[in-house]
Amino acid sequence: MNTFVKNIIRFALFILVQHFVLDKIHLHQMVTPYIYFLFILWLPFRMGRTQQMIFAFILGFTLDSFRNNPGFHASACVLIAYIRPFLINLLIPQEGADNNYEEPSFKSMGGILPYMIFIGVLTFIHHGWLFLLEAWQFGNIWYFLVKTLLSTLLSLFLIIITEMLFTRQQKFRTNTV
Amino acid sequence: MRNIFLFIRRYFNFILFLLLQGFSIYLIVHYSRYHKAVFSKTANQLTGKVNEQYNKVTYYFQLKKTNDSLVAANEKLYNKLKADFELPDTSSNFLVDSIKVDSMEQFRKYHYFPAKVVYNSVAAQNNFIVLGRGSSQNIKEGMGIIDPNSGVVGIVTEVSTDYAVVMGLLHKDSHLSGKLLKTGETGTLSWDGKTPNIVSLNGIPKGTKVAKGDTIISSGYSTSIPKGMMMGIVQDIRVDKGTTNYIINFKTSANFYNLEFVYAIDNKQAESIKQVLEKEKEKEKTQ
Repeated sequence: MNTFVKNIIRFALFILVQHFVLDKIHLHQMVTPYIYFLFILWLPFRMGRTQQMIFAFILGFTLDSFRNNPGFHASACVLIAYIRPFLINLLIPQEGADNNYEEPSFKSMGGILPYMIFIGVLTFIHHGWLFLLEAWQFGNIWYFLVKTLLSTLLSLFLIIITEMLFTRQQKFRTNTV
Repeated sequence: MRNIFLFIRRYFNFILFLLLQGFSIYLIVHYSRYHKAVFSKTANQLTGKVNEQYNKVTYYFQLKKTNDSLVAANEKLYNKLKADFELPDTSSNFLVDSIKVDSMEQFRKYHYFPAKVVYNSVAAQNNFIVLGRGSSQNIKEGMGIIDPNSGVVGIVTEVSTDYAVVMGLLHKDSHLSGKLLKTGETGTLSWDGKTPNIVSLNGIPKGTKVAKGDTIISSGYSTSIPKGMMMGIVQDIRVDKGTTNYIINFKTSANFYNLEFVYAIDNKQAESIKQVLEKEKEKEKTQ
């Protein structure tokens, strides 16, 4: 399937699942899982950083307009889209290895550990920034920290399940850069 | 000049990042202050449609609860009927009104419109409720919203042609005024963003007689919500250390977890009250 079409379908699915299923979850009136930003993490390696940020903004903005609360998710998404390329450069096993595969996954990042760090760091940043913006006026630092940590753990759990359920078949493209 | 272009080209991504972040934060600040955004009319209409489709499915799972609350509301209304009361005094004459026009209509202050809740959330720190009824069905900004058992829900902040957005009690910018039914002290509501259905009432002076289980009603000071609508029942009382006021946590009488039907209240006299207030303000300016 064409990358573009594939990403449009992903976009719609992630938004719908997030808004209609996961947003209803509110464990202990505190913990809400998020997986919609997996769309950003799964964007192709080759995509320019400008495009990544713009797509991230559109994604966040769409979710925000469903919640009638513009800005929060858009800001968090743009932040992780900006950080993502740095993180990929750090974690990729050797120079040019990001050309071998199309998008980040357990296989293309060269093992479980680098990919888990990749997902974990971005999830944590996303949640931290989002809750920081939301909690602007509440100012209870412990509540904020616990909420961020627990939500990150739950989101990571769901993301791993999603990865296992929907294995993305990726062809080994080439290693001649 | 050339250096500037080089600089922009070199740091283009960073500049774009700052711009997008700035725009998002501008939206957050701007929106929570004025409850309005440029794009919201179309966005409302679009997301409203999607939410409505989803609601069609979930509506069935709530039918039993919805029915129960409507029956309860009906029972209340039946008990208010004039026919329920019979005065022992028979000296009054029985008159038949021959004028068919309802002569009371011009004195009407409040008009109630039913509306279906299309989207609702309790999980976020700023929760909104979307109604499947908009400006073409008589919903206006600033209308008060109550649930079928006359528990206060919130106030309409935004209207598109077919949908309306309500800022409920579970929103950190929602500051309705509430009143203790027993003693009549008035305070402001606020929500700490943590537990849904638990809202606090601030500004009640220390020394007021208030106990767990007391009722809090709407004060009727705003033009949106009539006086005497149920707001909630007191759960616990704390003393605010900074001031000499109580912070009273209460359980809202409207259950925000399963809102299905609500009533929008149109205050027919809101316009004239506003006009008087504006006149007064202008007077103050000229002085």
